[in-house]
This record gives sequence, C-alpha cells and structure tokens, in this order.
Amino acid sequence: MAMTDDAIAHMDAKVSDEVAISIENMNKWYGTFHVLRDIDLTVYRGERIVICGPSGSGKSTLIRCINALEEHQKGAITVDGTLLSSDIKNIDTIRSEVGMVFQHFNLFPHLTILENCTLAPIWVRKIPKKEAEETAMHFLTKVKIPEQANKYPGQLSGGQQQRVAIARSLCMRPRIMLFDEPTSALDPEMIKEVLDTMIELAEEGMTMLCVTHEMGFARQVANRVIFMDDGQIVEQNEPEEFFMNPKSDRTKLFLSQILGH
Amino acid sequence: MSDTSVAFVRTESIPPSAPPTAESGVIKWVRENLFSSVTNSILTVLSLLAIYYFVFQLVGPWVANGIWDTDSRRECLERLQGETGGCFSVLTQRWHQLIFGRYPLDAYWRPTTAFILMIVAFAPVLFASLPRQLLIVTGLFPFIAYWLIWGGTILSPLSVLVGIILGYVVYSRLVDRSFATGFVGGILVAVAFWMIAGLVLGENPPAILALPEVESRDIGGFMLNMVIGVVCLSLSLPFGIALALGRQSSMPIIKFFSVIFIEFIRGVPLITLLFVASVVLAYFLPPQANFDIIVRVMIMVTLFASAYIAEVIRGGLAALPRGQYEAADSLGLDYAQSMRLIILPQALKISIPGIVNVAVGLFKDTTLVSVISMFDLVGMIRGPIVSTTDWQGIYWELYGFAALLFFVCCYGISQYSQWLERQLQTDHR
Amino acid sequence: MTTITDPPQESFRLSMLLNDTRYRSYTLQFIALILICLFFAWLISNALRNPTLQEIGISFAFLGEAANYDINQRPIPYDSQDTHLRASFVGVLNTLIVAFLGCIMATILGVIAGVLRLSNNWIVARLMAIYVEAFRNVPVLIWILIIFSIVSNALPAPRAFRGEDATASMLFDAFAFTNRGIYMPKPIWEPGSMVVVLTFFASIFAIWAYRRYATKLLYDTGRLLPTFWPSIGIFFLPTLIIFFIMGQPISLEYPELKGFNFGGGVQVRGSFIALWLALSIYTGAFIAENVRAGIQAISKGQTEAAASLGLRPNRIMNLVVLPQALRVIIPPLISQYLNLTKNSSLAIAVGYMDVTGTLGGITLNQSGRALECILLLMLFYLTISLAISAVMNVYNNAVKLKER
Repeated sequence: MAMTDDAIAHMDAKVSDEVAISIENMNKWYGTFHVLRDIDLTVYRGERIVICGPSGSGKSTLIRCINALEEHQKGAITVDGTLLSSDIKNIDTIRSEVGMVFQHFNLFPHLTILENCTLAPIWVRKIPKKEAEETAMHFLTKVKIPEQANKYPGQLSGGQQQRVAIARSLCMRPRIMLFDEPTSALDPEMIKEVLDTMIELAEEGMTMLCVTHEMGFARQVANRVIFMDDGQIVEQNEPEEFFMNPKSDRTKLFLSQILGH
Repeated sequence: MSDTSVAFVRTESIPPSAPPTAESGVIKWVRENLFSSVTNSILTVLSLLAIYYFVFQLVGPWVANGIWDTDSRRECLERLQGETGGCFSVLTQRWHQLIFGRYPLDAYWRPTTAFILMIVAFAPVLFASLPRQLLIVTGLFPFIAYWLIWGGTILSPLSVLVGIILGYVVYSRLVDRSFATGFVGGILVAVAFWMIAGLVLGENPPAILALPEVESRDIGGFMLNMVIGVVCLSLSLPFGIALALGRQSSMPIIKFFSVIFIEFIRGVPLITLLFVASVVLAYFLPPQANFDIIVRVMIMVTLFASAYIAEVIRGGLAALPRGQYEAADSLGLDYAQSMRLIILPQALKISIPGIVNVAVGLFKDTTLVSVISMFDLVGMIRGPIVSTTDWQGIYWELYGFAALLFFVCCYGISQYSQWLERQLQTDHR
Repeated sequence: MTTITDPPQESFRLSMLLNDTRYRSYTLQFIALILICLFFAWLISNALRNPTLQEIGISFAFLGEAANYDINQRPIPYDSQDTHLRASFVGVLNTLIVAFLGCIMATILGVIAGVLRLSNNWIVARLMAIYVEAFRNVPVLIWILIIFSIVSNALPAPRAFRGEDATASMLFDAFAFTNRGIYMPKPIWEPGSMVVVLTFFASIFAIWAYRRYATKLLYDTGRLLPTFWPSIGIFFLPTLIIFFIMGQPISLEYPELKGFNFGGGVQVRGSFIALWLALSIYTGAFIAENVRAGIQAISKGQTEAAASLGLRPNRIMNLVVLPQALRVIIPPLISQYLNLTKNSSLAIAVGYMDVTGTLGGITLNQSGRALECILLLMLFYLTISLAISAVMNVYNNAVKLKER
C-alpha cells in the first residue's frame, strides 16, 4: 500500500512443476454453516500465493485446514504427497513439513526466545539441544534479533515477536510456510520489518501461502493472488493482472474498498 | 515452469449446502460428545451407571415412598415395613420451627411481610432497569423490617430514620464546603437528635403503632440465617469500602491499621470470632449495657464480612486504569470528590460479582452460629428437633431439606452474579 | 543564566495544618491515631471495669494444670493427667493432620473434576458441573453433618459382622466399615523395616533422577527414553526385593472381631472421616473451578502454535499448557488450602478433637479462661495463615512472567 509503483520490482523466483499442496473439492462446515465450498487449489513448489478477501470469507480457515488445525469434512488435501487424514502419523508428517505464523504471534510466554525456538526441534525432531540452539541462533540472526535470544516474549515489541515466531517455525526446517494475517496485529511502523523478513524468505525460494491485506507485498512478492468471498475462490490471477484488470464484480468492489483511500 | 493459465474467475456462486448426513443430527452428536474415544466411552458408561444407581436405587425410591403425614418416626417405620422411603413428615410437622424458630405462631405474617418487602427493596439494587423510585423502599426497608421482626413501638426505628435524614440534610448543605465538614457535621447532628429523642422518649416510649415485642432469642430457623446474612452484609459494605480506601491510602498510619485489621480477620476462622461474640466480647462492652447474643454475633460477623468485602473492593480499585485517577485529579477534584464521583462508582461496579461471591459465602457461614448454641436452621435440626423422642434418628430428610434451601438461595445468587458479569462486560465495550 | 528561586519561605500558620498538602496528611493521620487510641482505651477501660474480669484477672497459669479430660485421637502420648498445654498441642496436631490430609484429597478431587469439566464428554462434563455447584452452594457445616450421619447411621454396627448370618462383611478381610469408624490393618514394624522404608524413599528419589537423566539425554543426544514404565518399575521393584531379602520385616495386624467390637488394627474414627471427607469434597469443588479457570486462561493460540510445530497433545499439555496454567492455578489453590485449614475448626460440630475442640472447647469451659484461650487460638490460626501467605508471595515472585 505504502509502496509506489517504481519501488515494485517484481520478484522472479523459480517455480517448479513439483506439486507442494493439492486441494481437491474441499468442503468444510461449522455446524450447519458452510464455510468452505468446493475449494480446488494446486500449489507448486516455490510458489508465493497471497490470499485476500473480506473478513469471514474463509481464507484463514482454508490455510488452517492445510495444517490440520481445522478438520475438513469433504474433499482431499495432499501436502508433499501425504494425504491428510485423521491418522495422527499423517498429521505429524504434514505439520513438520509445514510452518505456520499466526496473527497474534502465539509465542510461549514462559520460555525465552531461544527456548521458544528450540522446543519443537528438541522434542519433535529429536535434535540435540546444542545443535538446536545453533540452528535457532542462525535463524534469529536471519530475522535480525540474535541479541534478544535470552529475553522473554513479553519483553519484545510486536514486530520483534512476530519475527521470532517466523524464526521459530523456520527452526523446524519446513518446506512450506503458511502466514495467517501476520501483520494485522502490528503497529504500522512494525509492519515493514516483518514484511522484509517475509520477502527475504520468498527470495530464497520458500513455498508460501499468505493471508494478508498488504497489497504492496502481494504485488512485489506473489506470483499468484487469490480472492476469496463467501467460502469460495472467486478469482485468481497473476498480481499484475489481478490488480490492473480484475474480472469479477466482487473483486472490483473489494479492491476499490481496500485501495480506495 | 509454472503453468501460465493461473487465471480463474468464478462466474456463478456456489450456494451453501447442508453438511453430509454423518456430520449432523443426533448420531453425530452422540458420537462426538459421548463415544469419541475408548476412554470417553468407558467414562460415559460409568457415568450412566452412577446416575442410574443414584436416581433409581437411592434417591428415587426414597422420595417416591416418602411419607408426609405421620406424627413420629416410629409411625413412619411401621408404615414403610422395612422398605426404603423417607419420613418427610418431620418437615410437614416441624416446618415452622425450621423456618421461624420459636417465633410466636400468630405473628408469622410479620417476618413474611418483611421478606417480601426485602425482595422489593433489593430489586432496584440488583436490576438497574427497574424504576429508580423503588429505591425509596430500599431506604425505608431496614426500619420497617426492624419494626416488623422485633416489634415494639414504631417510634424507635422512626427516630433513627429521622436522625439519619437530618444528618443527611446537614451533610448535603455542608458538603460543598468540604467533604469532611459535611461528614462530621452530619454525624454530629444525627447523634444530637438521637440523644434528644432518647431523652424525650425515655425507657418506655409510648406505644404508637406498637406490635407485640419478640425477644431476639426467639428468632431462629432459616429466618435467623437470613437476618444475620442480610444485616451483616449491608453493614459491612460501608466498612469494607472505608477499609479498602484505607488500605490504598498514601497515609502510612491509616494504611497500617487497615492492613492489620484486614489480615487479622482474614487469618482467623469465623468460629473463633463467634466465640469472641459469645464469651469474650461482653468484657469489652460497657458493663451496664446489655447487648444480647444476636447483636454481639452481628457485630463480629459484620467485622468478618467487611474484611473480605474490603479485599474485593481493593481489587476493583486496583483494576481501574491509572488514567481515571489522574483525570479526576486534573479536573481539580479533591480526594473525597474524586472518590465519590469518579473512582468508587466504577470500582464498585467492577467489584459487584466479587461482592456477590462474598455474600454467598457469608450466607453459608451464618450456619456456624449453631456452634455457639444459637438456633438457626442447622441449630434447630441438631437441637430441638432431633432431640425429641418423636423424631430421634431422622437425619437425611432434615439435612437434605436444609441443603436444598441453601442451594436454591446460593445458586440463585451466583447465577445472578454471572448474569451481571455478562451484562457488565457488554456495558464496558 | 537563570536561577530557580525557592518559593518564599512562609511562616507556619495553624491553618496550614488543614489546607497545606505538606501537613494535611500528618494532621489527618494524627487525628486517626488519636481516635483509634481512644477506641482501644474505651475497650480496655470497659474490660477493667468488668466484674468477672476483675475477679479472675488474666493469667496463663491454667495451661500448666492437669487437663482432666480425654482425647480420642492422640498422635502423641497423652492422658487426662497431662496439662492443658499438652492437650492443646494434641489438638494442634489433630488440626494439622486433618488439614494436611484434606488438602491432598481436595487437590486430587479438584484437579480431576476441573479437568473432566473441560472434557469433550458431555455427560461427564455435566456431572462434574453438578458436583461443583452442589458443593459450592451448600454450607460446609451441612456437608460435614451429612457425611457424619452417613458414617454414624448408615454404616453397620460392629456386631453386624458377627456370627454365621452376619449382615455385613469386611472388605478383603482387612477393612471394616462400621458406625464406630473404619478399622484397618496396622503395620507392625520389626527390625530391618527401616531398610525397606529407606529403599522406598531412595526409589522415589531415583525416579526423579531417572527423569532428569532422560531429559538430559534428550538434550545431549536427541535420544528420548521412555519414562512411564521405568518409573513404575523403579517405584515398586527395589522396595519389594529388599522387603523379601530382609525377610518380610513389615507385617500387618488385621482388625478382628472381639466380642461386640473390633480389636487390633487401626481405628479411624467416624468424626475424622466425616470432617476429612466433607472438607476435601467441599474444597475440591472450589479447586475444580480454579483448575478449570487456569486451563481456560491459556489461550487456544498457545495450543495451536504448539500443534503447528508438530508437538503431540500430551507434550503440548506438559511443555506448554501446564507450565503456564500452574502459575494461574497455584495462588488461588494455596488460598483454598488456607480456607480448608480454617474450616477444619468446624471439627467441633462432630466432636473431632482439633485445637478448637481442645483449647477453644473443653479447656476453655473447664478453666473459664475465655479471653486467654481464644487469644491463643487466634494466634495459632494467624501464624498458619501468615506462613501460608509468605509461601504464596515467594512463589508469586518466583514465577512472575517477565514483561516490559
């Protein structure tokens, strides 16, 4: 939003033919409320997809289903060749392949930053503590806060906490990252530091699914933008086309509301 | 490379459809809520067995075969012929003792009227949507209730009321000058009026609108629990507020005494305070004045309740944002004004659920007076009822009745408190 | 260069005592102090003029006199010729026994009920809600009396266990539930039993050490040892092995019917059982609410974040939810312990001889020294309360979450 057109040099990272996530005809109900309707989506390795849409359109629910945080009732989700079922082994495999960053960070307040980052590698990946700490320091350096390693989450600013949350996910060495409105709970001056971290990640070829309203980020980084409304995918296109030439009326309306001011 | 045909536009919207059949209805509910795993299934079966045993084997036949119309337990046993069944006749025979203690039979209408008036008096306090004019009943209630329950001439409660009104008039005149002047002036005027009234009325005031007097020791049963609970809770509110303000105060001496008082009272069991009321307090009161036991108990229970109320209100005061105090100061209000107009109304509002919890606890604790030989509901059961030859050996029916009575009252109050909490939550946003 | 001049030194005027913010608070405090002193002086002068008190005075000498009454539960040797002081001390011990056992039982009940109340099993959650509401909304005194009447009226008399056509029978031939209390086997400690007991404590320590070692091994090498079955093994095996090696030095003396009553074994009196059960079940209902609130206070986001990192539910509970929930649960838990201890003074209603029953009951009545007895009684409870509050403060400071 804040970026001018000149600043946007669209990223040209590689996208391979290998399928990372495939969602076929997926449906989900909350009670009798039909939240997700006939979702079909194929994500290739290295893709950076931005999902946008009005609130309550089901975009968060969609990416939470990929991580099995929510159950879907119909259709199939396949992540890295593993079909998501209620089998706990499958869920474990998928969750260790997929990292997730939440709107409200969800850092563990009783653990230091370093412990936050090493908890899962030690207990899930069974990596020796020393090695896990080295990895954690590597990623904390990458998100530019190695000096905070021994503080507690409550002592950090929102932007810093979100960057720690990203580092915490990266420590599990995921092949896919999901972002659920990672900047919505942040003050304006902190949004940029988190977006910069995400851009850097994209440049390294991480497969990313990102629910966000940061349209500048979408233009610069995404290779595909998906617009959702009423629990269905209404429109998807390359960012340039999507923003310049929206086809659906609902997309036009949404874009005019979000970019209009 | 990625496909170039990413572009996709949905032309027509998918209408919402019903969830798959397995995902709705009773079957799904039962599967998810009762038999979702092996452990859950076992727990469900065990619970159902426990409920079956409790309802159909224990309580069911006991209540169903219950006998309500005999004169003694012996007759009950004869009629039951060894079958399970409750002897509820004790309730029908002795309900008056359980509810009213030894209160004169022909005067039951008096506490009953007082009870109904109490509901009317509490209603506007508990439900903000009722007309504010009802608060007049609330103001007059203590005096009417005293007159109804204890009897005697109406002049004594009336003179107390007039004293308070006079004091309030003086206070509201002087409060503009300063709160302290108004407060002290009001109290002085009220006390002066009471002394004059006492001199004029003398030992035996004229019997205007006089009801037959009832001795304190004849007040008993559940009524005694109600009287102690209501009186002590109402009296403890102002003390509690004062103590809470004292504990939050910046003046070390006042803070010190408040802390000592609160921590002392909260550190000892209520029973020891009741012992004080029954055997020690008389030492410290003027020898010629003869306070009866109910008054001494009320003094101690009030002190007890005020310490707990103070802690609840302190929580409310602490929960107010710092900005409220600063805003009040910056408007040029002095301490009394800022407390009275800004801080306390908000702090009390936050504390209401806590105060209600204290009220429930206090009401339950009124049963402890039976330990110092007062005949409240529990005291009545343990004393005059079970010790008669007619009803010796009856426990379940009586304790069950007492438990039910308290449950209905306390559960009602705590449901009210939860309702209020929800109400306040929406009010605040 | 500017200088800030001090405000002109006013000379002190009397009105400043009320209107100057510097002196005002001193004046007010002084007035308060005087009023409080006057109040106490009034109380004391009343006491000095009280005829009873004038006659007997205040003296603690009665504590050294013979008590002349019996106590039915004696954790330490005591007979009626011992002093009032020793009788009170027996009472103190009885209070501590019932409070300690009550706290343990209440915690167990409360944690189970609190966790089950959050269970996704509808019927279990409802049952636990009924338990909590039923016990929180009825006075504890009534529960004590109800349970006491179960114990003393609904249970069979010892003679029901007699003869061919006995209507009651002992559980495992070792426990007899009678209206005089519960009779159960009494352990007989023979020489060598100390070794078994020491082994038992050593194995509890060993479980702790093993678990520490398991965590350390995970940290160092990434190998995760099983902990559940080894812990169970360490708990039982060494003690049992030593028990048989030492030639079974601990035996049990079973209660037996002798005449119309049971002899041998240990008798746990009905009054103790009623008080202990009622206090635990009642306080358990409050603890259940605290536990539930504590677990619910941990936001769903914490569980989700841990799950999305690939942690399994039981690890999420142990590593993420419990460490946070305990900080919320423990402070109210401790104040429930305090309440239970204070409520144990209701022992007097069922004749359990705790400190309220001895010092505040029979000693008070026999010596007529009400003021002294109640003063000592209050001091005892105050000491316990203050000790528990001190522990709580230390704990709160230790676990406070670090924030900016």
